[in-house]
Amino acid sequence: MFVPGNNPAMMQDAFIYGPDSIMLDLEDSVAMAEKDAARLLVYNALRTVDYGDTEMVVRINPLSTPYGKKDVEAVVKAGVHVVRMPKTETAEEVHEVEREIERVEAELGCVGRTKIMAAIESALGVVNAYAIATASPRMMGIALGAEDYCANLKTQRSPEGMELLLARQTIVVAARAAGIDALDTVYSNLNDMETFRKEVELIKTLGFDGKSIINPRQIQVVNEVFAPTAKAIEKARAIIAAIKEAEARGSGVVSLNGKMVDRPVVIRAQRTIDLAIASGVISKEDVL
Amino acid sequence: MEIKTATAGTLESGDVMVQISPAEGEGLHIELESTVALQFGEQIRQVATEALTDFGLTNAHVRLVDKGALDCTIRARVTAAAVRATGKDVWKD
Amino acid sequence: MNTMEERKELIRAAAAKMGKLTYGGETQKVDTPRMQLQRQSPKLASLEEAIKGSGLCNGMTISFHHHFRGGDKVINMVVAKLSEMGYRNLHLASSSLIDVHEPLIEHIKNGVITKISTSGLRGELAKAISHGLMEEPVVFRSHGARGSAIASGELHIDVAFIGASSADALGNACGYSRSENAKSICGSLGYALPDAQYADKVVILTDDIVDYPNTPCSISERYVDYVVEVESVGDSSKIASGAIRDTKNPRDILLAEQAAKVIINSGYFNDGFSIQTGSGGASLAAVKFIRESMIERGIKASFALGGITAHMVKMHEEGLIDRLIDVQSFDKVAAESLKDDPKHQEVSSNEYASADEPGSAVHYLDIVILSALEVDTQFNVNVLVGSDGIIRGAIGGHPDTAADSALSIIVCPLLRGRIPCVVDEVTTLITPGSTVDVVVTEYGIAVNPRRPELAVRLAKAGLKVVDIHELAQRAKRVIGDAAPLPFGNKVVGIVMNRDGSVMDVIKNIEE
Repeated sequence: MFVPGNNPAMMQDAFIYGPDSIMLDLEDSVAMAEKDAARLLVYNALRTVDYGDTEMVVRINPLSTPYGKKDVEAVVKAGVHVVRMPKTETAEEVHEVEREIERVEAELGCVGRTKIMAAIESALGVVNAYAIATASPRMMGIALGAEDYCANLKTQRSPEGMELLLARQTIVVAARAAGIDALDTVYSNLNDMETFRKEVELIKTLGFDGKSIINPRQIQVVNEVFAPTAKAIEKARAIIAAIKEAEARGSGVVSLNGKMVDRPVVIRAQRTIDLAIASGVISKEDVL
Repeated sequence: MEIKTATAGTLESGDVMVQISPAEGEGLHIELESTVALQFGEQIRQVATEALTDFGLTNAHVRLVDKGALDCTIRARVTAAAVRATGKDVWKD
Repeated sequence: MNTMEERKELIRAAAAKMGKLTYGGETQKVDTPRMQLQRQSPKLASLEEAIKGSGLCNGMTISFHHHFRGGDKVINMVVAKLSEMGYRNLHLASSSLIDVHEPLIEHIKNGVITKISTSGLRGELAKAISHGLMEEPVVFRSHGARGSAIASGELHIDVAFIGASSADALGNACGYSRSENAKSICGSLGYALPDAQYADKVVILTDDIVDYPNTPCSISERYVDYVVEVESVGDSSKIASGAIRDTKNPRDILLAEQAAKVIINSGYFNDGFSIQTGSGGASLAAVKFIRESMIERGIKASFALGGITAHMVKMHEEGLIDRLIDVQSFDKVAAESLKDDPKHQEVSSNEYASADEPGSAVHYLDIVILSALEVDTQFNVNVLVGSDGIIRGAIGGHPDTAADSALSIIVCPLLRGRIPCVVDEVTTLITPGSTVDVVVTEYGIAVNPRRPELAVRLAKAGLKVVDIHELAQRAKRVIGDAAPLPFGNKVVGIVMNRDGSVMDVIKNIEE
């Protein structure tokens, strides 16, 4: 969930809606004149607000701006989980951010703590998607930023999203090839939940791991779309149980109802359980 | 430290507006207007003083208009105002 | 023979035996067209004539209602007139007092009003009283307790001044008008009905005198002594809003969703259940979630009670709620529905929520959703005094509905800015924790240990059930420890329990 980095009330409250990840924004939602104040606000919030298990991400300003380096220093010192790079176009940019992070981490004595997520928001970024996705061992996911991408393509967003299809598929394929997460762009019309739902259904089908949102009201739709059916959960649980049983026997061969279970099936079952937990259909305790 | 008048923060709920201006005398003069002054006035003054001391600002007139901000927000806004008043940042360039 | 002439003797004899006079043929018929008389009656008077005629003396009790909410002009108008006429030392008993009644401060300073009984106080008046404006403490009662006290004579009203949106010359009065000249609408006059019934004298003030008969009516002419036409009883735009404004506040929506889930999984969400909700954003939004669930499961409610909103009316019209029992219409849609729909029934505050009235509707209430300024770890609730020690709310029907319902749910955020809503001990005790079942916050749901079966049901449904101490701790972790408030030693308010006992006192705040 995107939260503007200069709004203390929203930053304190974001946690209660139960998003999987909170992204405090220092970039587009913060005016030039407020960059310094927002950076301090995000720094102090990360250090003191109890966000529970929520993954904390901060979107920094590009290193090419006067704010980028200071942003990295502040958020890494505050212990952010993930630094999100905006408008990423090349692997070299990732390396630069990585060097900055490492410099600050070295000072703190915690090298390797901070992960990176890259937002791809241009044609060049899409073309370089795999290179970006594999640019750093810290890279945990790549995300599409559709507004800038569309401007760059000289088109605009449509309800069907045809203009984004290539970018979305490229990002999913690059992320899968790199073994990291693929995250979709935001949808900003809060009053049109129907189109939003269709978009979430589409990106789930395309293979994305999640959807970026701008308001807590969108959480429920994403959870509903991504939530596996009761039948799928039941089947996944049976498979997981079979794995555990096989492990207990010390056997590498997993079988269910007399049939051998292939590795992709096992992976899918685990993903089903993960999604069920993430979308609140079952709780972590249920699985143990 | 040489300072000029500077502000940071907003008057929205959960935020605090901080204005720092040159002190007339020695020390920190904190003027507080808050929706929760009775219950948290002392704590707010303390956090503001701490933030300024950590920053290295010891002589200043500070005016806080608080709309129920948490300590972390007060600290952030006071520091931001101090940065703007002194032109000295807390981060490396 | 049996002629009139011949029976004269017998008539005289019968009259003598009964001690009566004999009829002398005095009756004269008036030939004025009756239409012209429909607006006349000896009860019509100016405000000053009505006050004089009522026999009001210094030291007596006058009463008002607050159905015109922020738009009310009646209280300020009448008290200004009383002041002008030289009255002193009056006891003002209103169903509630709000921001708009700030001018009362002057009348208190001048000694016109020396005692107040009310359900709530807000704004500058509340602030001034919290700082010790009055010698005599304000007596606070819930709506049910007020109705009860009026009916029992404990709160004796000498003259009731009742604002109405329409009345005929005889005093048949309503909170709406069917005439073309309607100037205001508030719907139910529920809080004024005990006053009308039990006050020694009743003065109706209206800005729309209509032709006789103004029926069906809320207040019958038989209770009314004077009818006063005034320019305006209230500012319409501030009495009731027209449209439903659904909350967009995500935290309210979250709280509403949680509250709805509590209800649906409580064991009380069954066909024929009854419900009452508040008018706050979270309450209104909760009703929307409950509605969806009712449709999905084919469940219908027998009645909705209390303050009625447009949402309730909509569900009633959809057939999801059979009857509406309305003590206060929260918006124009509800007020219009009360006017037009016989299954939407007005109820007086004592028949709504009195502990002593065997038929009071709250006795038959399953579920109530309530708000709170503060809840403490004993589940006690405060809805009257802010955590800064200043009076800023109203008891309303809070303790009545919490005590009498089968399931009482308090919905409040853990924090409002830096103000904690779950605390170790409430600033003022309004609703005893023994009557509160569930507290819904954005950080989890606390169930009164008195109701272990509820906790089990909610946990089973996947709701985040937490210990209320944990919520209080969490609040403290976020905001720190609040400094003790500078209370003085003067008692500025007395809180009556609905059984007529004194439950708490409010001390003045010093600055």
